[in-house]
Amino acid sequence: MSQVSVDAAVPVIVFKKESRWKEVWRRLKKDRLAMFGLAVISTMIILALLADFIVSYEAALKMNLRLKLAPPSAAHWFGCDGYGRDLFARCLHGARVSLTVGFATSIATLIAGSLLGAMVGYIGGKLDDIVMRALDIFSAIPSTLFAMAVVAAMGSGIVNICIAISLTNIPGFVRIVRSSVLNIAEQEYIEASRAGGTSTLRILLKHVLPNSVGTLIVQTTANVASMILTAATLSFLGLGINPPQPEWGALVSEGKEFLRTAPHLILFPGVMICVASFSMSVLGDGLRDALDPRLRT
Amino acid sequence: MTDKLLSIKNLSVQYKTDLETVCAVNNITFSLKKGETFGLVGETGAGKTTTALTIMRLLPAETGRITEGSIEFTGKSMLDLTEPEMRSIRGEQIAMIFQDPMTSLNPVMSVGDQIAEAMELHNKDNKTKEQIQARVDEVLLLVGIPSSRKFEFPHQFSGGMKQRVVIAMALACEPVLLIADEPTTALDVTIQAQVISMIRNLRDTLGTAMIMITHDLGIVAQTCDNVAVMYAGELVEVGTATDIYTSKDHHPYTTGLFGSIPNLRSKARRLTPITGLMPDPTKLPPGCTFAPRCPKKMDVCEAEHPCAWRNGTHLISCHLFAGQENWRKEEA
Amino acid sequence: MECPANTCSLLETRHLKKYFKVKDGLLHAVDDVNITIPHKRTLGVVGESGCGKSTLGRTIIRLLDATGGQVLFNGEDILKYGRRKMKAMRRKMQIIFQDPYSSINPRMSVAEIIAEFMIVHNTCSSRTAAFQRAAELMDTVGLARRYANVYPHELDGGRRQRIGIARALSLDPQFIVCDEPVSALDVSIQAQILNLLMDIQEDRGLTYMFITHDLSVVKHISDEIVVMYLGQCVEQATSDELFENPMHPYTKALLSAIPEPDISMRTKEIKIIKGEITSPINPQPGCRFAARCEYAMEICRQKTPPLLLQPHVVQKEASEEKHFVACHLYGNGQNQVL
Repeated sequence: MSQVSVDAAVPVIVFKKESRWKEVWRRLKKDRLAMFGLAVISTMIILALLADFIVSYEAALKMNLRLKLAPPSAAHWFGCDGYGRDLFARCLHGARVSLTVGFATSIATLIAGSLLGAMVGYIGGKLDDIVMRALDIFSAIPSTLFAMAVVAAMGSGIVNICIAISLTNIPGFVRIVRSSVLNIAEQEYIEASRAGGTSTLRILLKHVLPNSVGTLIVQTTANVASMILTAATLSFLGLGINPPQPEWGALVSEGKEFLRTAPHLILFPGVMICVASFSMSVLGDGLRDALDPRLRT
Repeated sequence: MTDKLLSIKNLSVQYKTDLETVCAVNNITFSLKKGETFGLVGETGAGKTTTALTIMRLLPAETGRITEGSIEFTGKSMLDLTEPEMRSIRGEQIAMIFQDPMTSLNPVMSVGDQIAEAMELHNKDNKTKEQIQARVDEVLLLVGIPSSRKFEFPHQFSGGMKQRVVIAMALACEPVLLIADEPTTALDVTIQAQVISMIRNLRDTLGTAMIMITHDLGIVAQTCDNVAVMYAGELVEVGTATDIYTSKDHHPYTTGLFGSIPNLRSKARRLTPITGLMPDPTKLPPGCTFAPRCPKKMDVCEAEHPCAWRNGTHLISCHLFAGQENWRKEEA
Repeated sequence: MECPANTCSLLETRHLKKYFKVKDGLLHAVDDVNITIPHKRTLGVVGESGCGKSTLGRTIIRLLDATGGQVLFNGEDILKYGRRKMKAMRRKMQIIFQDPYSSINPRMSVAEIIAEFMIVHNTCSSRTAAFQRAAELMDTVGLARRYANVYPHELDGGRRQRIGIARALSLDPQFIVCDEPVSALDVSIQAQILNLLMDIQEDRGLTYMFITHDLSVVKHISDEIVVMYLGQCVEQATSDELFENPMHPYTKALLSAIPEPDISMRTKEIKIIKGEITSPINPQPGCRFAARCEYAMEICRQKTPPLLLQPHVVQKEASEEKHFVACHLYGNGQNQVL
């Protein structure tokens, strides 16, 4: 909508609300590194989604002791692990878990963290004090320990892992959003909106958060990267995903015993983790630049 | 010729980036005698600060470029000097005051230390620490700050006092030339009056020459001997203060500037502003740069860049004065 | 403008106070200010930094909550309004800010910024209608329509200020607080914007409170002027009267301090006010200007001078030509306290 046509005597105005996203996309396309990241992570996501069609889940579980620690070959692209299971199949199915955990926790942290951070930063006062002190207490607990405690209490499984990881990340996120919001709340255009009778909610949603979106995007994509790593860490420590379900971290963990003899067991899942994290990071940087109208050329 | 302290001829400065070339200063010529106060008037983007930075050779290294012209200080060419030679001149012979006193001072050094620093760096007569401290006290007193305050930090001073500290730092080494870039713009009007009065007194007692860069025609009237009006990197009008303030002949931009200022004496309600905006320095119009906004524009103005016309001490770059009585073409 | 006394003013403040709690005590930013602004007129509020003029403007439109006193808009005290009434009130009173760079949202296009309030208050039948109105407002303030989808950072200070003006006009207010709207602009742009503000005032019958530190600007645009010092009004008169006949020592010094573009004035004696502004935190009783005043007497340090009407002006026919001064030097006027 928002296509406005004024009478013929006066120039036509078109208020291009919807094509703003087109513009963001156009600017993002110019950033080659970001597009590379986008391509890589999209490929990974698609492969993960289609994993069942590429290689069956059974293949990831099927043991074949004759192929124990087999190096990469034509039949088994990534080789086989200590139980003779095809590593490629395990990496592919493991992607599902790792990426799901990474994105889900990031989005949960984004939503909860930004709403809380914006409210606390904008409204301030006692609310600010109470919430921030509560979060301080929260973040005093080492995140890994906390995740372990949650898993111990609630049992393992993807959902509980996601909850645990999100909870440990929200305090940091809230702090970042709050600081960004504090900065923005001082700007005169916020005062101008209040002078115009705009409600607090609308100010938060329309003025404050959009101006923090740069911070939010970068932090969220960095979070995806780090949460993939955290999930991997938890699995590495033996928490979280139940074997024999594959997950990148768990795969690295399984492979660590064979570091000398069969390095491919750590190499392939490790590279997957790195590539996924890296792609999300550069995509995040590109998005932040593309969204900032001030960098418009 | 040798009584000229600073002589700038045909100076042009550009900022060159990958995307564009900004013609900040275009072929300016002016000079200063010892003890003279020269006013450089213009609005934002006219090129005044660039000119000041060029004299001090403080242009950003990667992008600032002097494309033509010469700068002579006490008879010697400045553009040939090496960086170490320039550093010995800066602070000692030529000092500069910037616009914003809030950011000109180091917040973690005491005020006395900052003043002493300049002297320690230029310590040609090998003054002892006591002598330097004595000079710090002297110079603080000169600007009206009790010397007991020299141990205090910048945040403990108000805006006006900070600017005085900055002036004290500039004068510590007794420079022969002081460049003041909008020294009072950030200050309240009563504090501005104090600072201007102080600058005038100092100039009278110390005999320092000064380039006063400002957009305020009032300050220029109160302090300057000679004035140049700058627009889009060019000097459109140059003359003595008498020429600029009392002559009937002016560049249309100067007339426009005077017309834009709300006058305390006149009863007129509406101001007569100059329409439009200063041109984009990356795309200067051909011919006269002021032509697009000039109420007296003629055809020749858009086609040909005007040369300077002289009447005694008064110089105006405008086609309106071509062939007028008393006005002679100025040879470049 | 013939009209009976109290229905004439659009805005009136009575004993308006705004204090801030700071580490060392109470900062008296606005202290017992009584001003009256008649319909369709401009009140200039003049003073240097720290005098409280910006705080006054913001307190009047309730961007800040007053500590005491009343603000009467068309006779009703708006400080007592609840949220809903205040929101409706906001359509009648608006503000234009000083800094054209921080007073508009960098992530919204020009048209969106101007249309924002209309959308919030639902004054137009649809979004399209709101944007249509935004386009008309752009015409009013002299912004070319081709800038509608442009972002603020692409425009210069003068154009951005026009956006701010268009936004302030979007709800069709009756009263606008102009908080140093031209201070951040170049001289030639200042003149354009001032003319624009005066034209709009005439076309729409607006009432302005024009806050500035620049006396020459205030003279041009104001009908009446109030001089503020450390949160208090020290002098109040019509524009012409104030400049012809300044009475308070601070006003005199302020006028004298303005450097005039006239070289015959070069040797004039500038009344330099000695010293710096005193602290507005926990002020002592007595005149706040006493510490810097060359005429200070013993009584000045003890008793705060009230704002009194000066008799000499009354020979002019209209009763509007009033001149008020808060100074013990002029204590014996008709004791009509404002």
